[in-house]
Amino acid sequence: MAETTIPPEEEPPALALPFIFLGDHVLYILTDLGRMGIFLFSALVGIFRRPFRFRELLKQLNFIGAGSLAVIFFTALSSGMVLGLQGYYSLHKFGAEGMLGSAVSLTLIMELGPILTALMVTGRAGSAMCAEIGIMRISEQIDALECMAIDPFRYLISPKFLAALISVPLLTAVFDIVGIFGGYLAGVGLMGVNSGSFLSGMQQSVTNHDIRLGVIKSIVFALLLVWICAGRGYLVQQIRGAGFGAESVSRVTTQAVVLSSISVLIFDYLLTAVLL
Amino acid sequence: MTPSTPEKAPDIAIEFDRVSKSFGQRNKKHRVLNDISFTIPRGLTTVIAGGSGQGKSVTLKLILGLLYPDSGRVLVDGINVPSLNKRELLKLRTRFGVLFQGSALFDSLTVFENIALPLRERTNMSEDEIRSRVMATLDQLELSGHEDKFPAQLSGGMKKRVGLARALQLEPEIVLFDEPTTGLDPVMTREIYQLFDSMQKQLGYTAVIVSHDIPGVFDIADQIILLNKGEVDVFTDVNEIIHSTKPYIREFAEMTMGDLFTRPEKEKCH
Repeated sequence: MAETTIPPEEEPPALALPFIFLGDHVLYILTDLGRMGIFLFSALVGIFRRPFRFRELLKQLNFIGAGSLAVIFFTALSSGMVLGLQGYYSLHKFGAEGMLGSAVSLTLIMELGPILTALMVTGRAGSAMCAEIGIMRISEQIDALECMAIDPFRYLISPKFLAALISVPLLTAVFDIVGIFGGYLAGVGLMGVNSGSFLSGMQQSVTNHDIRLGVIKSIVFALLLVWICAGRGYLVQQIRGAGFGAESVSRVTTQAVVLSSISVLIFDYLLTAVLL
Repeated sequence: MTPSTPEKAPDIAIEFDRVSKSFGQRNKKHRVLNDISFTIPRGLTTVIAGGSGQGKSVTLKLILGLLYPDSGRVLVDGINVPSLNKRELLKLRTRFGVLFQGSALFDSLTVFENIALPLRERTNMSEDEIRSRVMATLDQLELSGHEDKFPAQLSGGMKKRVGLARALQLEPEIVLFDEPTTGLDPVMTREIYQLFDSMQKQLGYTAVIVSHDIPGVFDIADQIILLNKGEVDVFTDVNEIIHSTKPYIREFAEMTMGDLFTRPEKEKCH
């Protein structure tokens, strides 16, 4: 016999059960959102707390940024080439192949670049981040930090936030450039579109506003992915239905990647609707 | 009471004052601590014992402010821990050293980096000073030569020693041990207890050891707090447990101490 069991409250009437169930879930969601809100606030405040952890920041920049370059390069090249081929196929029907440069670059800069970069970084670095923090949480390493009076946000979480906020926009820029190059290869190199019209079409149609939209999206996506992935890992023991031990980390990592990807897609629409 | 006006008793390091703590939701609530009160004397070793799920680790987490009680006060040097804000709590924790059940070593850091972490993060010591201090601690705990290893390359006993070394770096007033011998063989367990005892006597900190390793852990205890079904009993000697007339304590003693309990008086521990 372990602990004392408190006598259960009186059984509620059957009709009330759906409302109790609903209310319980709503309360849990609100509590969870509150915890995530506090987590975000603490992580952002931690960025400005001293002493700064430059070495950890560099390590995270290397992991999130430099480590993602290869996957970003190949995704961008293939997306750009597919865009070039598909664009050519569609525009050719109207005799508007000259617009290919404009179509490829705008699609990449405003949409595909920020979205695919965020999804790739979520899959590669976000999942690892969530699992790492989750394991640190269940193995009491985060408790150990707190017991040594070391702020876990400043020490552990905030460098990841800052690294993501720096890396993801830069990776997006790389994605855009490589993607446009891929589109050029497919359109000009393979399909025979005039090089001058491809480049001048791109030059004329892409405005500062379009680039700004892409940059804003990449920053928002970076914040979303690092918030959700790091936050779910940090709160692994408070997530309902996650289970315990290694299983909880695995479940929460899957949940974080799914939630982060969906959030990126939803915010993409919202940002486009508001800022376009 | 506010943190600035502590009710400080000279020889009391920690006090639990009518503390209750439950876990679970709605009709599945389990009360782990039921209105319990006890004190932990300064500069001595107190063992908090009890079976699994009796709230031993919960008491440690309450002391550290990692959990909050449902009611009652947890006083550390007269300061009510649950009433502290985050900043005050961090400040209070500077007075603690903690050895966790699984040692909680940072697995991406080497032994040296693990032990140096509190010094690097919490002091202004130069890297040379940190190195010499960490190397001295490694030598003291017979860990020399292992400083470049990662926790995954260490045995269970070595992990505990590294955990203890890290916990003692900031010269804490109170050191909390959460199930420190879990996963160790009997010989290693005895060695670890001897190490804890000698370090405590050498440094004079208040040691609070949570353990279900009974009766082994009683050898180094100055005070024993027994948690059982949400209730608490305090003993100064293992013989008090053995001679207790309370049925549940007798049952606990028989279950956990086995032949020790049935041995003749003169052969018993202490």
